[in-house]
Amino acid sequence: MIVGVADAALRKGVLATPATPLGAQAVTAAAALTDSGLSLRDVDGLFTAGTWGVPGSGQFQTAALAEYLGIDPRYADGTNVGGAAFEVHLGHAAMAIEAGRCDVALISYGSTQRSGGSTRTWALPAFGGQYDFPFGLPAPIGGYALAAMRYMAETGVAGEELAEVAVAARAWAALNPAATKRDPITVADVLGSPLVSDPLHVLDCCLVTDGAGAVVLTTADRARDLPRQPVEILGWAEAQSHWTISQMPDLVSTGAARTGKAALEQAGLALDDIDLLQIYDSFTITVLLTLEALGICKRGESGAFVAEGHTRPGGRLPMNTSGGGLAAAHPGMYGIFLIIEACRQLRKECGDRQVMNARTALVHGTGGQLSSSATCILSTERP
Amino acid sequence: MTTPDFPAPVEDPDSTPYWDSLREHALQLPYCTACGRFFFYPRTICPRCHAAGVEWRPASGRGVIYSYTVVRRAPSPAFAADVPYTVALADLDEGCRIVARVVPADAALVAVGSPVQVDYHDITDSVTLPVLRLRAAGSTA
Repeated sequence: MIVGVADAALRKGVLATPATPLGAQAVTAAAALTDSGLSLRDVDGLFTAGTWGVPGSGQFQTAALAEYLGIDPRYADGTNVGGAAFEVHLGHAAMAIEAGRCDVALISYGSTQRSGGSTRTWALPAFGGQYDFPFGLPAPIGGYALAAMRYMAETGVAGEELAEVAVAARAWAALNPAATKRDPITVADVLGSPLVSDPLHVLDCCLVTDGAGAVVLTTADRARDLPRQPVEILGWAEAQSHWTISQMPDLVSTGAARTGKAALEQAGLALDDIDLLQIYDSFTITVLLTLEALGICKRGESGAFVAEGHTRPGGRLPMNTSGGGLAAAHPGMYGIFLIIEACRQLRKECGDRQVMNARTALVHGTGGQLSSSATCILSTERP
Repeated sequence: MTTPDFPAPVEDPDSTPYWDSLREHALQLPYCTACGRFFFYPRTICPRCHAAGVEWRPASGRGVIYSYTVVRRAPSPAFAADVPYTVALADLDEGCRIVARVVPADAALVAVGSPVQVDYHDITDSVTLPVLRLRAAGSTA
């Protein structure tokens, strides 16, 4: 059960209180534990992934973070599959708790990629990267651009429909005081913004911000005595189809097709039971491919679905209600913030952007270059 | 593409025969003798059947564009002088998919499905990259 969440306050995309990635994580973890009615002393399971400190202590992030926090976890998991890592962690943490390997799990992330200058790129021309990066393929956008171009050629979908995803994100961000980009934009604004890697424009891309987030889980027994309404993980699944973009079997069919089905099956639910979507939006194309892979829309129809307003405020399937990575914040690996927003919605803490009667959320992370996928079904009620 | 920070391929025991073949302007690809298929990129085992019998065989270098992108913002200073340039995924007749630049660079000529032929671009004395030369549909060149 998820019993606490927190994220770090940003101002114009940078940490409101300057900190290192570890410092931001410590403060945010403490806030999530306070939210849960627990303390850092209770944490005996630690789950983290990130890009800080490489080369160096960041190569051993669970140990380095535990040391900084002054905790001694008996269970740790540093699975790093890019931005989807935290949906993976959520599933792994639920299993570890179920297996009695830990009682209080902390999932943590922090990044100063905006305020701290550029982080070292993973797009190096070694191992699988030697076949991509000497050609000047930008990462990760190049992989998403290749997927978008293929998708548009196969379906006849135009850039306008991709742009609708960015427009809808701003509509939600306008309702979220913590979002970085709150001004409304139009499809024409997106298409008029500079092309970065065709067919993706600047406004098809997520923001580049700092950020830190933390999620606390514990046993159902312990959750009963804690202050917050617990959020249950009814189902989850993960997939890794490739890392190098040339190895992705079909650029318009992501791992979400497998993970969505498996997570819903475990939950004993159907898509019709989902009240709320939190879908990783690294780029506009990421969202369209995910909506189709999950089976929410047929091939080529997701852009029209978004354009019709179904995912916007007041729509029948609200999506990315914080504004998402496109408009709220995107500190490199965004997946933990999907979980945090889903929990806040399910706990009815979202003020102007609160989705009425949201009981069950589907959270989907995508990492790398459409490389990793993980789906979690979160709910405040058992089916 | 010859600036000091150019991300030259870091060759390794898997890949050296591939880069050697490009230096010789005669494309070779890894071939699995167990399942009888080419694969890419090079590995010590076949990623499909997992057999270890890997041979290097000459490849036609013929293929079609699977997808492409026009890079407008250089990912590093090494590529700043090149923008805009077109990078594509090409499906070769051998059943392998590779990343490479497209020539001529005019993006208006490129489409998903365009036929291409692998050509060779000697970047330095020691680095030769494949390039995808657009060919007229049906031509054998």
